[in-house]
Amino acid sequence: MTTQQAASHLPARPGVGYKPQHYAAIMEDAGSVDWLEIHAENYMGDGGRPLAQLRHLSEKFPISVHGVGLSIGGEAPLDPDHLARLKHLLGWLKPASFSEHLAWSTHDSHFFNDLLPLPYTGATLQRICDHIDQLQAVTGTQMLLENPSSYLAFAESTWAEPDFLAEVARRTGCGLLLDVNNVFVSATNLGFSPQGYIDAFALEQVGEIHLGGHDEDTDDHGKPLLIDSHGAEVVDPVWALLDYTLDRAGPKPVLVEWDTDVPDWPVLESEAARAATALARLPMAAQ
Amino acid sequence: MSEQMTAAPITQAAFTQAMLDARQPVPEGLLDGQGHPAGRRFSVYRNNVAVSLTEALHEGFPVIAKLLGKANMDGLAGIYLRAHPPKSPLMMHYGEDFPDFLAGMEQLAHLGYLADVARLELAIRRSYHAADATAIDPDWLGAQAPETLMMARLIPAPAVQVVRSPWPIFDIWRFNTDDDAPQPQAQGQDVVVLRPEFDPQPAPLDPGAATFVDSLHHAPLGAAAEQAATEVPDFDLGQTLALLLGGHALCHLTHAPNEQDLT
Amino acid sequence: MSTTKKTFAVAGAVATALAAMTATQAAAAAKEKCYGVSVAGGNDCAAGPGTTCAGTSTVDYQGNAWTLVPAGTCETMDVPAMADGTERKGSLAPLERDLPA
Repeated sequence: MTTQQAASHLPARPGVGYKPQHYAAIMEDAGSVDWLEIHAENYMGDGGRPLAQLRHLSEKFPISVHGVGLSIGGEAPLDPDHLARLKHLLGWLKPASFSEHLAWSTHDSHFFNDLLPLPYTGATLQRICDHIDQLQAVTGTQMLLENPSSYLAFAESTWAEPDFLAEVARRTGCGLLLDVNNVFVSATNLGFSPQGYIDAFALEQVGEIHLGGHDEDTDDHGKPLLIDSHGAEVVDPVWALLDYTLDRAGPKPVLVEWDTDVPDWPVLESEAARAATALARLPMAAQ
Repeated sequence: MSEQMTAAPITQAAFTQAMLDARQPVPEGLLDGQGHPAGRRFSVYRNNVAVSLTEALHEGFPVIAKLLGKANMDGLAGIYLRAHPPKSPLMMHYGEDFPDFLAGMEQLAHLGYLADVARLELAIRRSYHAADATAIDPDWLGAQAPETLMMARLIPAPAVQVVRSPWPIFDIWRFNTDDDAPQPQAQGQDVVVLRPEFDPQPAPLDPGAATFVDSLHHAPLGAAAEQAATEVPDFDLGQTLALLLGGHALCHLTHAPNEQDLT
Repeated sequence: MSTTKKTFAVAGAVATALAAMTATQAAAAAKEKCYGVSVAGGNDCAAGPGTTCAGTSTVDYQGNAWTLVPAGTCETMDVPAMADGTERKGSLAPLERDLPA
């Protein structure tokens, strides 16, 4: 076990995904919430309220910048314009953490606004490492790479996902972002053990943990198919998986994401309070 | 294991093509985790892309969505998102081609105002995200000699947007955003979007005022007023200035946004 | 109009504008809040809930296959017909000329 905060200067406390409708409530009393995460792309405009709010928030809270549009897994080279925008945002904001996804979202210069899946092969490993090397060199920032929610698997894959992520971290020096809900969603959808996944994960590289709600559906065979909708409370089995993870990883910054059907602030804050409880039961939390 | 290692790679081009067209088969080599074909699981991605881009259009063009109703807007979005997927990962800009797309739909030809109303909604969004700028102090204007005023450069703030239309687009916009708004009048309307602080506010412009605002980008106050008066002899400069000053719409040339801040 | 006259016309308009502004600003302040906190949606990393709605139907996404169904406020809103909307584009004529005769 290690307490190292790889590539993150966030406190090992609860945070939430920031939504503009919560601005007044957060500035008045953030309750259990000690830090905030923003989606990078929403703060790449030239000015106006989004940037003004972010400047105010960053004076009060550590900020984690979470990119959703870089398409790190894309076959094409990284978009130089988007790299420049990221560099600018990270440069003036100086966030406590920067993360992106193990996914692709752009093809042939078209952005599909979704995190699309990758096969885990030697070729994709090389491509992702090259892109992360480039990103970290351009921005001068060590990043965290997040594990995806999976709805299907690629027959061509030759790596298990935790090994693939650990190898990317080893080769590029990036840290990892462990989304425990994504682990639960993928494990249910693809039929593996979520605890086994956590056991195989490079926990010493984890700089941030994510939690979120998911939707339930079924596949062609009537088997459960969970959708990473971020539109509901975190379910009990995911809280249990968080405990399992924290027992092995030690205290980490824990984020609750809620992106669709966003509730009033007290509901989101109570999710953060539950994360605070999970962190407080760790023996190392008092130190 | 050897089976896995010989599986053919699925290119992102093939994935994209099948994702955007549900009539195409799911690419071979996508599995459910138990070795069976992924089948309906692939639909999650088809769904996510279509839903997220459709929602982005609903959120970006709320008045168009209200004018057409949800079913029509959903149908148009399904066509538009496939013909014009985002060119940038910044969803705040998505829909730049939507006004022209609406103008090109024969089925909407009888609703001639739609494209210009969509242009107004785009202008509101651009205004919301535009660079901040320091507006001139009206008292400064009041303290200037008449000759100085003539030559003064008053640059529209980056948040100021002008949309000209032969349709009553301000009335139509207001009718669909304000419950107490009257029915639109039969008149063309030029609209300026002002952003006194952070909230864009469309306002109808008097005849000639759109030319005046556009001229201010490259001409001093006196020349801009003259251009507007050439177009509309009874152009009311005082009323237009009051509107613009009240909307914090005018900046000194030197206070225009600094490019360095934006890169 | 002579240069001097133009100069005094502009100065007079500025004076008029400043006098009128107190009222304008009050009206603007009252409308400050009418837009809420965000004009349009942005990026997030959530998946759309449900797998069976948009994107999975096998409809033809060609524009000419689409049909407008009667819905929305365009059905109830009274926009008096104007001969041809495109005709006026780029015209420098006063907008009042569009008023019905």
